[in-house]
Amino acid sequence: MRGLAPVLSDPVQEVSGHSGDAGKAALPAWSLPKDAVGRIARPASWPDRVTREWALGGATGAGIRVCILDSGVDSTHPLVGELESSVVISLVEDDEVHVEEDGEGDVSGHGTACAGIVRQLAPECQISSVRVLGSTFTGSGGILLGGLRYAIEQGFDVINMSLSTTKKPFATVLHELADSAYFKRAVLVASAHNMPVESYPWRFSSVISVGSHEEADPLDFFYNPNPPVEFFGRGVNVQVPWIGGRTLTVSGNSFATPHISAICALVLSKHPELTPFQLKSVLYLTATNVGGGT
Amino acid sequence: MSEESDLRAAVAAGVVGSGESFRALLSAIVEVARSIFGAQAASILLLDEEAEELVFEAVVGQGEDTLLGTRFAAGTGIAGWVLATRTPLVIEDVGADPRFARDVAEDTGYVPKGLMAAPLLHEEGALGVLSVLDRPEQSLFSLQEMELLGLFANQAAIAVDLLLKARAAERLLDGSGGELEVVARLASAVDGLEDEQRGAGFRLLGELADMLGR
Repeated sequence: MRGLAPVLSDPVQEVSGHSGDAGKAALPAWSLPKDAVGRIARPASWPDRVTREWALGGATGAGIRVCILDSGVDSTHPLVGELESSVVISLVEDDEVHVEEDGEGDVSGHGTACAGIVRQLAPECQISSVRVLGSTFTGSGGILLGGLRYAIEQGFDVINMSLSTTKKPFATVLHELADSAYFKRAVLVASAHNMPVESYPWRFSSVISVGSHEEADPLDFFYNPNPPVEFFGRGVNVQVPWIGGRTLTVSGNSFATPHISAICALVLSKHPELTPFQLKSVLYLTATNVGGGT
Repeated sequence: MSEESDLRAAVAAGVVGSGESFRALLSAIVEVARSIFGAQAASILLLDEEAEELVFEAVVGQGEDTLLGTRFAAGTGIAGWVLATRTPLVIEDVGADPRFARDVAEDTGYVPKGLMAAPLLHEEGALGVLSVLDRPEQSLFSLQEMELLGLFANQAAIAVDLLLKARAAERLLDGSGGELEVVARLASAVDGLEDEQRGAGFRLLGELADMLGR
């Protein structure tokens, strides 16, 4: 695996993953000695009432790195624009994960659509593509895991996963990766399944799971009081860029997901100190059906 | 398969029905799907894992005379994405997508403008893709339709699973040199008897099993 350190080898997570964070001093994650209390003091930076204006008003996504884990991204489409990086994941001998520059772009159009949605809502964020589809049909589960592991190691702030797997053997590793992302402050945003099957990783509580609503405002999002689907983003009749320089109208949870990814990028660009736990709380407090609609 | 499961498959093949009857069930499912959505066509694509290809297993509407049995690479196009990601998708104006398998479509003189596609999921596997082509242009897509598509896909997945099991049983019978076929014929014959005869048939089988020491 090129330039990749194992994500799961370190069971002791650092207190903080973001640079410039006051709590960075090496504390064990499972206890708080008396003399360390002062070191994790946090400024009371949240207002009495968390509003959408406070959360993302005026935000552009600047400084936030968003990863599209999908079919590749066509960066020549004017609605997508320049990518920070673009790689393709494949399995080589003995199922070893291989990462290389992606010269092919998008093999289906879906990744381009997701990137376009993120670009539209968070125009100044940096978008990267990690392609986990199209190189081969068999072994796709291993490629998905390899791609997610790579994305977490690259330190992306937001990882958009508009896909899932139904293979149980992959669920355990996916779960570990999702938790690892959570503690490393990589926000994993995953499409929920709307069919009666068990699929992953969207069911894991360490990710932000997304279903669709039918409203037309791309910044409208709803909190679901009946999980496992936690939030609903715009996912019906959405205009998106597609390969070949085209624009299509599309529907599905896989398009609702990049809406929430973009909203996460907006909030994080304004409040980079937020952990995934805090970000989820902000999403809850500013959801259209909770307090964000006013 | 073990010897016992071979015998079970042989009995099942004799009693449950042939792959053809399940194929008819698939046709019925796509026919209802097409009708409910008011669409031009609907189809079920089955994954041939060995060949890594998708095969048209049932088609109604435009292309039904020519598409059946047609194959294309499983990793390509929109159906390939739906299969690989296990995620349903709705696209309007598919003709604008150069990756859409237009060569297949153009062979039939029919290039769809819209496509709804859902994976056929059974247990841990993705068996194929259900597609509904060209809903009425004037109607915007709704979440209700997505739910409906999922229900059809679920039903189709169960039918596809039965079809695959029936085919596996048929292959087993074909490859057994006639030994297992006797079991299948026997099961089919006894299953076809009525009332008293049926009872007598099962008693006879019971005696036979005792005689054979099982």
